[in-house]
Amino acid sequence: MSTSARYWREIPQRYRLEAAKCTSCGKQFFPPRLVCNGCGGREFEATKLSDKGKLATYTVIRIAPSDLTQQAPYAIGIAEFDGGLRVTAQVADVDFDELKVGMPVRIEFRRIREEGEAGILCYGYKFVPVR
Amino acid sequence: MAGIIGYGAYMPRNRIKVEEIAKIWGADAPSYKKGLMLQEKSVPSPDQDTITMSVEATKYALKRAGIDPTRIGAVYVGSESHPYAVKPSGTVLAEAVGATPEAHCADFEFACKAGSAAMFVCMGLVDGGKIEYGLAVGADTSQGAPGDALEYSAAAGAASFIIGKDDGVAKVIDTYSFMTDTPDFWRRSYMHYPRHAGRFTGEPAYFKHVLGCANGMMEKVGMKPKDFAYAVFHQPNGKFPMRVGKMLGFTKEQIEPGWLSPTLGNTYSGSSPMGLTATFDVANPGDMILMVSYGSGSGSDGFVYEMTDKIDAVRDLAPKTREKLDSDKVYIDYGTYAKYRRKIRMGE
Repeated sequence: MSTSARYWREIPQRYRLEAAKCTSCGKQFFPPRLVCNGCGGREFEATKLSDKGKLATYTVIRIAPSDLTQQAPYAIGIAEFDGGLRVTAQVADVDFDELKVGMPVRIEFRRIREEGEAGILCYGYKFVPVR
Repeated sequence: MAGIIGYGAYMPRNRIKVEEIAKIWGADAPSYKKGLMLQEKSVPSPDQDTITMSVEATKYALKRAGIDPTRIGAVYVGSESHPYAVKPSGTVLAEAVGATPEAHCADFEFACKAGSAAMFVCMGLVDGGKIEYGLAVGADTSQGAPGDALEYSAAAGAASFIIGKDDGVAKVIDTYSFMTDTPDFWRRSYMHYPRHAGRFTGEPAYFKHVLGCANGMMEKVGMKPKDFAYAVFHQPNGKFPMRVGKMLGFTKEQIEPGWLSPTLGNTYSGSSPMGLTATFDVANPGDMILMVSYGSGSGSDGFVYEMTDKIDAVRDLAPKTREKLDSDKVYIDYGTYAKYRRKIRMGE
């Protein structure tokens, strides 16, 4: 499978944080899914993740996958957004001793990875501390 | 005439001081600081580029504009550091802010004038009735060759403007352009760093075009320097905009609010547009503002804006440029800078 095609399919979520809300029970999903795991509903309305959340947990990656070795060490976190949605992303622009559970973060648009010297550039969301 | 409906600016958090660069090359930091009137410059992180900064600046512009992004009919990013050689920056920006699919899109390049060129074209399309709103961005993460004078100034930042038919926060009273073929600064295909013609970049290039454009602009609208509350000029360093302003008859007080380069550096296509956002942040309704960009090669775009009552309602809806520049920063050493700017040759 081409990475370009997979990357392209995820653009609504990676660029615009598009989420889905089950019209039967109101449960929200990010990324959207076909069937609600709360009530089995198949009807969803489009919503958007808030761009501000709170860090629920984090870790620091020191041994990174091959295409991220130049960024290591870097922080990865799970942040909780409105409606209880939890999202995983890299925490950028942060000193590691600043990291705390509950710290406010906001979403910024960043370059996530690149496919070598000649491949596509992959963009998406990262967390940055609210200062 | 068209108006600026919303505006926003973004710069990375990293800064490097002139002393830190001078130390590596055995240069005399005080003479650079005094000669170029530069103290430090912004540096992008490895995950920041013209596209990411354009998106963040545009999010701020949309907060101030308060419009549905699907009403944007043109998306133009001006930069000399588009991340791709072939593939538009504007398509990523348009997708990220929700302006697709019914929009005209193209990337602009004219050295440091590409951002104002994008603004100029959007204003024309709005005035001509072809689009309801246009999105124009000036953004760059430019590089100076290691040890070159440009390394002290080449910085990163973006400014974004939503341009529409209603007056918005600033009415565009008129525009004027001035350009000739002047080879003062260039970068050939496949070259990593630009080249420049040293002192030739001054009098026959920057000063000739900025003076020519400013004088032509003021003559076109029948105004003199004293009629403006503020003036913003392209800022390749700290010295040139102050000097050209004084040559034209503007005071330091008129120029200072938009004079970001001493602590930001030269953000190339973002330079005078970012200065304009900082000036909007402090301007009052009724204030007149002159903006003159400069792009090597060479040309200048001139704009006269009149602030409207709406500025007071929207300026606090997004971060103010000067406050962001002064408050949110972290200093890096030359080694980190070299890594971030990919100046280190890596193993295969």
